[in-house]
Amino acid sequence: MALKDITLGQYFPGNSILHRLDPRTKILLTVIYIVALFLAKQLAGYGILLLVLAAAIAVSRVKLKVILKGLKPILFIIIITGILNLFWTPGDILWQWGFLKLTVQGIWAAVFMVLRISMLIICTFLLTYTTSPILLTDGLENLLGPLKKLHVPVHELAMMMSIALRFIPTLIEETDKIMSAQKARGADFDTGNLLDKAKALIPLLVPLFISAFRRADELAIAMECRCYHGGEGRTRLRQLKYKTPDIVGIAGGLLLCAGVGVLGHFGL
Amino acid sequence: MSDAIIKTEHLRFAYAAEGGLSPVVLDGVDLEIEEGSFVAVLGHNGSGKSTLAKHMNAILLPTGGKVYVDGMDTCEDADLLDIRRTVGMVFQNPDNQIVANVVEEDVAFAPENLGVPPAEIRKRVDDALAMVGMSEYAAHAPHLLSGGQKQRIAIAGVIAMRPRCVVLDEPTAMLDPIGRDEVLKTIRLLNREYGMTVVLITHHMDEAAQADRLVVMAKGKVIADGSPRQVFQRVEELRAVGLTVPETVELCWELRREGLDVPLDAISDEECAQALYQILK
Repeated sequence: MALKDITLGQYFPGNSILHRLDPRTKILLTVIYIVALFLAKQLAGYGILLLVLAAAIAVSRVKLKVILKGLKPILFIIIITGILNLFWTPGDILWQWGFLKLTVQGIWAAVFMVLRISMLIICTFLLTYTTSPILLTDGLENLLGPLKKLHVPVHELAMMMSIALRFIPTLIEETDKIMSAQKARGADFDTGNLLDKAKALIPLLVPLFISAFRRADELAIAMECRCYHGGEGRTRLRQLKYKTPDIVGIAGGLLLCAGVGVLGHFGL
Repeated sequence: MSDAIIKTEHLRFAYAAEGGLSPVVLDGVDLEIEEGSFVAVLGHNGSGKSTLAKHMNAILLPTGGKVYVDGMDTCEDADLLDIRRTVGMVFQNPDNQIVANVVEEDVAFAPENLGVPPAEIRKRVDDALAMVGMSEYAAHAPHLLSGGQKQRIAIAGVIAMRPRCVVLDEPTAMLDPIGRDEVLKTIRLLNREYGMTVVLITHHMDEAAQADRLVVMAKGKVIADGSPRQVFQRVEELRAVGLTVPETVELCWELRREGLDVPLDAISDEECAQALYQILK
C-alpha cells in the first residue's frame, strides 16, 4: 500500500488567474458549470463546454496528465455507463447480435454521457487543484452562511472539514509508523486474498483509531485554551473579497450557462 | 492578590469516577505565582503537576479550595474567556495543538477566536512568529516542520493572544535534544525580554534549574518551594520522591558525605568545577 499516493483534495500551488480567483467564485463557477452540463443536449452545447473546460485547464497550468490521472478511479463507472448507453438506447438499429443492439442514438448517448461524467469530474478536480483547502473551506463557510438562519451548523462543519484536512498527513504518518511496528512483529499486509488483507488491517486500524480519539481529546483542550468558543464573534486573518475578475468570471459563467440552456432548448 | 497573577488556596482535586471520587490528585495546594517570574514545577509522574497546570486556566475546576487568575475566580463562568486570555497553555505534543495547515493561519487561530480585527491579527501573528524566531516559516505547512519548530509554532499560537502568563506542560517531553534547546531558549526569551510570566511544568532537573523559582510536587502536595539553589540542597528529600538532582549537585553531595567541605549550591558545570578547584587548591 503506497500511502503517499493518496490524492485527497490535492492542491497544486500556482499563481494563475484561476488560482487567484476568490474561492467562492470558483465554487459558484463549478456549480454553474455542472448545471450547464445538464442543460446541454447536443453537439453544439457539449462542444462549447468542452472548449471552456480546455481553456480553463490551459489557464490553470495544471498538467493534463495530472487531470487524467484523477479520472482513473472512476474509469470503471465511465466505461459501464458508456456500454449501457451504447447498447440499451432504443432507436435506428445499425447492428444487432443477440440482445445487443447498436443504434445511432445509442452511440451519441454514450458519447455524451461519457463526456458529461468526465467533464463533471474534471471541473471539480480543477477546483480542488487550484484552491488551497483552507480557502476552500473558508469559501464554503461563507457561501453557506445564510443557512445558519435555518440552524445548519455551517461554521462547525467548516471547522471539522479543515481539521480533518489538517490531520490527514499526521494520521498517514502515524499509519506508516504502526504498520512498521506491526511488520517488525511479523504482520503481513501484502499477501493473501482480499479477506486475508482485510483481516490484516484490524491490528492496524484499532491502534490508529485509539490514537485518533486521544488526539481529538487533546486538540479540543488545546483549542479551548486558545479561547475557541464556536463561530460567534469570530474574525478571520484572511478576508475574502470579490474583485473585478471574480465579477467578470461569474457573469461569464452565468452567460455560458444561459447560452447552453438556450441551445439545448432548440435541440442543438 | 496584589502581585500574584495565579493564586491557589487549599486547592484540592479528584477526578470523578464511578461511584464517587477517585483518589485525590491534588491535596491542598497553596501557591502564588508572581507576575513576571519564571517558575518551574517539578515532579515525578503522578505527582499532580499536570493537573495543577490545568487548573491555572480553568481547564479543570477545583473540587475543593479556590484558584484565582488575576483576581478572577476560575469557577466563575462569565470570566472564562478573560481567564484563558490571561493565562495561555502549551502542551506536550505539538501535533495535537496545531489546528490549521498553514503556520500563520494556526497562529491566527486564538486572535480570530477573540474577535480581533483582521489588521490587528496580522500584526499579532507577525509579532508572535518573530518572538519565537519562526517568521520565515509563516507560509509553511506545520507537518513538514521539525518537532522543536512545531512546538515553537504552538507557543506562538498562544502568545498571539497576548497573555500575561504562559503555562507550559512538559513542552519538551517529545522533542530531541536540539528541539529541547530551541524551545527552552524561546521560553527564557519570553520571560527575560518580554516580561511574560512563565510556569514550566517538567520532570527534567536541568530544565527546572533554569527557573527563578522551583516548586517540587509529590503525591498532590508541594514538598519544596524556593530558588533552585535552595531546593537542590535537599538531595535526600528529592530522592525519596523519585527525583534526581542535577549531576553537579549530586557529585558535591557525594563528596560532602565523604567528609569534604563542598558547597551544595553549585548547579552549573562552571560553578561545580570552581568549587572542586577551591578544595583541591
